[in-house]
Amino acid sequence: MEVDVLKRVPVREQEPKVRAANFEEVCLGYNKEEAMAEAARCIQCKNPQCVKGCPVNIDIPGFIGELKEGKVEEAYQVISKFSALPAVCGRVCPQESQCEAKCIRGIKGDAVSIGKLERFTADAAREAGIKPVKAETMNGKKVAVIGSGPAGLTCAGDLAKLGYDVTIFEALHKAGGVLSYGIPEFRLPKTEVVDAEVENVKSLGVKIETNVVIGKAITIDELLNEEGFDAVFIGSGAGLPKFMGIPGENANGVFSANEYLTRSNLMKAFDDSYATPIAAGSKVAVVGGGNVAMDAARTALRLGADVHIVYRRSEEELPARVEEVHHAKEEGIIFDLLTNPTEILVDDEGNVKGMTCIRMELGEPDESGRRRPVEVAGSEFTLDVDTVIMSLGTSPNPLISSTTEGLDINRWKCIVAEEETGETSKAGVYAGGDAVTGAATVILAMGAGKAAAKGIHEFLSK
Amino acid sequence: MFKILKKEYLANNIWLMDVEAPRVAKSCQPGQFVIVKMDEKGERIPLTVCDYDREKGIVTIVFQKVGASTNEMAEYEVGETFMDFVGPLGCASELLDLTEEELKKEKLLFVCGGVGTAPVYPQVKWMKEHGIDVDVIIGARTKDILILEDAMRDIAANLYIATDDGSYGFKGNVCDQINELVKNQGKEYTRVIAIGPMIMMKFVAQLTKELKIPTIVSMNPIMVDGTGMCGACRLQVGDEIKFACVDGPEFNGHLVDFDQAMQRQRMYQSEEGRAVLRQQEGDTHHGGCGNCNG
Ligand SMILES: Cc1cc2nc3c(=O)[nH]c(=O)nc-3n(C[C@H](O)[C@H](O)[C@H](O)COP(=O)(O)OP(=O)(O)OC[C@H]3O[C@@H](n4cnc5c(N)ncnc54)[C@H](O)[C@@H]3O)c2cc1C
Ligand SMILES: Cc1cc2nc3c(=O)[nH]c(=O)nc-3n(C[C@H](O)[C@H](O)[C@H](O)COP(=O)(O)OP(=O)(O)OC[C@H]3O[C@@H](n4cnc5c(N)ncnc54)[C@H](O)[C@@H]3O)c2cc1C
Ligand code: FES
Repeated sequence: MEVDVLKRVPVREQEPKVRAANFEEVCLGYNKEEAMAEAARCIQCKNPQCVKGCPVNIDIPGFIGELKEGKVEEAYQVISKFSALPAVCGRVCPQESQCEAKCIRGIKGDAVSIGKLERFTADAAREAGIKPVKAETMNGKKVAVIGSGPAGLTCAGDLAKLGYDVTIFEALHKAGGVLSYGIPEFRLPKTEVVDAEVENVKSLGVKIETNVVIGKAITIDELLNEEGFDAVFIGSGAGLPKFMGIPGENANGVFSANEYLTRSNLMKAFDDSYATPIAAGSKVAVVGGGNVAMDAARTALRLGADVHIVYRRSEEELPARVEEVHHAKEEGIIFDLLTNPTEILVDDEGNVKGMTCIRMELGEPDESGRRRPVEVAGSEFTLDVDTVIMSLGTSPNPLISSTTEGLDINRWKCIVAEEETGETSKAGVYAGGDAVTGAATVILAMGAGKAAAKGIHEFLSK
Repeated sequence: MFKILKKEYLANNIWLMDVEAPRVAKSCQPGQFVIVKMDEKGERIPLTVCDYDREKGIVTIVFQKVGASTNEMAEYEVGETFMDFVGPLGCASELLDLTEEELKKEKLLFVCGGVGTAPVYPQVKWMKEHGIDVDVIIGARTKDILILEDAMRDIAANLYIATDDGSYGFKGNVCDQINELVKNQGKEYTRVIAIGPMIMMKFVAQLTKELKIPTIVSMNPIMVDGTGMCGACRLQVGDEIKFACVDGPEFNGHLVDFDQAMQRQRMYQSEEGRAVLRQQEGDTHHGGCGNCNG
């Protein structure tokens, strides 16, 4: 295979026209030959900057070095020391602003495609039936983990490897957190990738009890005092959706992105053989500009709608990953930037019949350092839509904090926890992931799960 | 897996089931609900907890066949299992926050309609167990579709039956019965708890607002997760938006925007209608789009 060292080996993708009508994965990933060729572009820096860009400091040159020689299992074992969910992270991490942003190759050409190599390694290992290594002896101590998202799965996996008897309690009927209910199939296949990663964690001896809402069925105090757990990790995420508070928002046809995505991903409403319905809409506006907005927009597109993204700032400020924005545009999603909704118009039957928006321009920078969007007087116009999906961010659910005495939260309802150890204000209770930081990323949640596993191990080894 | 231990036909397409669900039975309270998902491809169906036995780990649900999922549920037999059964969800009835002293000072009137009679039952039973006498009105179109009459008669201080056609008990709807008790018989109530179809709760709340009796209603909007994650269940309550699954399902009936809630409940009717067709016609049905000559 011929390689221009300045350019990354292109990755195969489904054609935009084709994929806009199906839920199959967009990116097809490297094959072994392509992966080895791309791996060969890594200069194996003595002082690798990429590792510093990775929130969990994966030994990137280490696994790429193995891959260069075609040693998939060895490469997988290197990653496994740092990450429990490489097949997921290889797909959804914002590598362009983390590891790849620091790659020396990136100065004069393309950065090494670290994410795609991670993905290849994890996929190839799974296909070869390679599993993480289980603890040899149990230490007799029990830990409860609340929530089965990336934070919970990682914390549980790490503790199981250390010999703890770990049970994950999950409120929904399926494990995976946002990986199962939020991120769509076409970006993160559920059966092949998410379920397989969950199985890997189970193969370490972790038990997963679904359908248990902590704070309702049982409280944290009861877990500690009655069910004999020695410590608890809270990885309950930030699932509470926000609405704008504009007129018409309760009309039929207005959804939170969480509802739309949950119907499609968790309940598989896109597949007719599942019972849950989804009102897909034919002209859809998605309000917001993050990954969640892109996912909702691209889901609506695949369900047959014409889709607009309505975002109040400009393209530069879009918080979504560059790759997602690029894919969305390729698929035909229209971006109405510098535009903000002011009212949802409702017909006599309570259905959405349009959305009034106003144009915005960028003014002075605000607290976030981004230029503040201000309304352009008299620029109102109506967008002809029958469905509006609100994707304005989420905050942690108060279910656990309100039922756990002595657990401190901050003014954003996030649980207060030490970054290094996950320790909260309540003895024996640890927390991490979106529940602590507010909506963030998979890798940060994973990192927090790891840190808390260490914190819990130290606490229980005393 | 959650095993069905008992199945009983009540009336008017309403079924009762006892389900083995120890974690739910251990902690549930009157006013709370569960979500049932029958199998891999099923919907998540919210149903109110209608009774529970903490020792035996049993939760009783009562449901009416109204669409595809509840039709399918009625086909399940004793010994079979539901794949998922999660709960308790939502808040316990706010009456449980009152002390027994406070409760004894209350004169409570429970008003139930249709399948809503079932979730009223555990509340009245709880009151009875705590030595508090309450009155109950059960409303129905006609005598044949009444449910839980005997069970309720055993625990209510006074049970009033109102039928629209006068085939049994008082002739009239539940609002007429409330008027009869309050205006004609001079009964005084400090609080009304109304559970039934939204339209019934709407009119009861309208009447009790006039009569100045604080009123609690139990809302049953469309839900998906039941944990506060999707917002499908949102309601306008006064000038606030509330999520019925975590903030409710019980609310101050004088503040709920019922017209909007009823409109929102109709959201999936056409889609659900298609699900019914699929179920009745099996493989011969192709979605009814009209484009495929199918
Ligand atoms: C649509 C969407 C797209 C995204 N795209 C990306 C992306 O491309 N890249 C990226 O890095 N990040 C992305 N994110 C963000 C990322 O998914 C989250 O930051 C990450 O999943 C947080 O992990 P977590 O483990 O903290 O929580 P979650 O994944 O939210 O998991 C929390 C789990 O806890 C359960 N739970 C909550 N309360 C209770 C309770 N009381 N009892 C029991 N269980 C409970 C929940 O049901 C859930 O399963 C996206 C998020 C969304 C919604
Ligand atoms: C908190 C709560 C408690 C409830 N308790 C009971 C109960 O004790 N007994 C009982 O018979 N019913 C109860 N319901 C209503 C019950 O959930 C619905 O009747 C059931 O989901 C209908 O499903 P279906 O497919 O058979 O009918 P569908 O064809 O789906 O719909 C029939 C009607 O039910 C409404 N509906 C549909 N899906 C939902 C949903 N997910 N949530 C709420 N309403 C829906 C529709 O708007 C429609 O008007 C409760 C609902 C809620 C939210
Ligand atoms: S059902 Fe999803 S938030 Fe209430």
